[in-house]
Amino acid sequence: MSGERLLTRNFDRPDSHTLRAYRETGGYTAWAKAQEMTPEAIIEEVKRSNLRGLGGAGFPTGVKWSFVPRDHPGPIYLVVNADEGEPGTFKDRYLLERDPHAVIEGMLIAARAIRASTGFVYIRGEYVEPWRRFQAAVAEASAAGLLGRGFEVIVHRGAGAYICGEETGLISSLEGKKGWPKLKPPFPAVRGAFGMPTVVNNVETLCHVPHIINRGGAWFAALGTRTQGGTRIYSVSGRVRRPGIYEAPVSITLRQLIYDLAGGVTGNGRLKAVVPGGASAPILRADEIDVTMDVDGLKAAGSMAGSAGVIVMDETVSIPEALMVVARFYAHESCGQCTPCRETTGWVYKIVRRIVEGRGRKEDLDTILDVARRGAGTTICAFFDGAVGPYISYIEKFRDEFEALIPR
Amino acid sequence: MTAVRFTPEQLAEVRRLQALYPEPRAALLPVLHLAQETFGWISPEVEAYVAELFGLAPAHVHEVVTFYTLFFRQPPGRHVIAVCHNLSCHLAGAQEILAHLRRRLGVEVGETTADGRVTLLAVECLCACEHAPMAQVDDRYEFDLTPEKVDRLLEELR
Repeated sequence: MSGERLLTRNFDRPDSHTLRAYRETGGYTAWAKAQEMTPEAIIEEVKRSNLRGLGGAGFPTGVKWSFVPRDHPGPIYLVVNADEGEPGTFKDRYLLERDPHAVIEGMLIAARAIRASTGFVYIRGEYVEPWRRFQAAVAEASAAGLLGRGFEVIVHRGAGAYICGEETGLISSLEGKKGWPKLKPPFPAVRGAFGMPTVVNNVETLCHVPHIINRGGAWFAALGTRTQGGTRIYSVSGRVRRPGIYEAPVSITLRQLIYDLAGGVTGNGRLKAVVPGGASAPILRADEIDVTMDVDGLKAAGSMAGSAGVIVMDETVSIPEALMVVARFYAHESCGQCTPCRETTGWVYKIVRRIVEGRGRKEDLDTILDVARRGAGTTICAFFDGAVGPYISYIEKFRDEFEALIPR
Repeated sequence: MTAVRFTPEQLAEVRRLQALYPEPRAALLPVLHLAQETFGWISPEVEAYVAELFGLAPAHVHEVVTFYTLFFRQPPGRHVIAVCHNLSCHLAGAQEILAHLRRRLGVEVGETTADGRVTLLAVECLCACEHAPMAQVDDRYEFDLTPEKVDRLLEELR
């Protein structure tokens, strides 16, 4: 079960990042076709495709594009979220390094759809090599006359902050500020970067757009499930035989991904738990992996598809230790703006650490569950809810393991 | 310590960056990257200088500098080793790699060797989990670390 590769089809070519290689495999033909289409027709095709945002939130891409006002008198911006940072996810790194022209072609089409004249590509600061590769591709595309004729691309480097992957935090950062998320509404499509209508799309999402234009929304929709079209790139890591990226239809199951594609479980060979969609996705037990990996499939299973970062743990892994590592991450990355998030992430890390170190108190687990549930949904952005998912699911599903560490 | 001043060419680059965006202030992160490449770290003097170039209050630049992890507020070593200690790297033995580096370098995480050669950091996910445990060494990602590979890497750092 893997089917046709769309996003990764060129990855095996050593020169896959060049304009020549991209063109040889049909690159920029969708852009030629899109130029004959009205912006509304492009949006309709993308809506029909059931393409959903692949950065984490899973919002329907065509619908997002349609929120941009048509009669806006000033500039409209397209922003590419290349601030990949969700623990367990590494797909955008591959796309930026190995197929940067697919990102650019997707941007050209998206920009036409929303009538944007400038595109900003926000690449995480640590991605130095992807940044160089992408800049080289922008230079090539400009020299070839693909960019600079009504649409220009500005490549922007971040400086180390997970929260800038949240779209309004990213916008704050792009504007030269600390990356504090903003209250919605107004949504970026109405009032985004520099106060102008802005669409923020993930790298992988945009890479799908040329395929949708070339082969049609209906074709793309048919590759996936009823509510989500296409393939996506699963990043698989942790205790598996073959960690790496795997492109598959979103209807693939977690079991197929772990056993058929990634080669099965290492460690003691017996699966204990899986994080199916990046660190913020609630954890699943070994008996919960017969689930499709689309947005709604994982939602129904009580988790989320998120960024499709799959982290596999065998029976020898300590879940309390894993939660300690994840809790440290959220404590470190909370931007500090909202009190429930700033305070809870710090305290939960300290409490889980003392449990792991054998100094836990019998009320600790209920304290964590209580503050997590009370804080959920009370903050400006989804970061804190992303922390609550692991806090609650790790403790509820593996409570015995935590209790065994707490002195009686 | 050299005076905190960009060269005329660098100043031209600052002006180019400021003109690139709808608002000049959006060039703050790119200019801070340039400043760190030039001066090695972002001292209070560098913050004040950059603030002047943007017509911003130094406090605003300070707020931005302190928000992001990639800006050094102390002089780092000639090389920076940033070991990922997030979940996938944790599962693959990041703590052993960090312990090995602490022993070999004689420093704790966050410190720089006495000879100024290496700063050791532990960082959150660098998104190369398929090659865990991994680290960023200056600009490069170093994959699939073992103590032996770490020793070889250290030999190359002067």
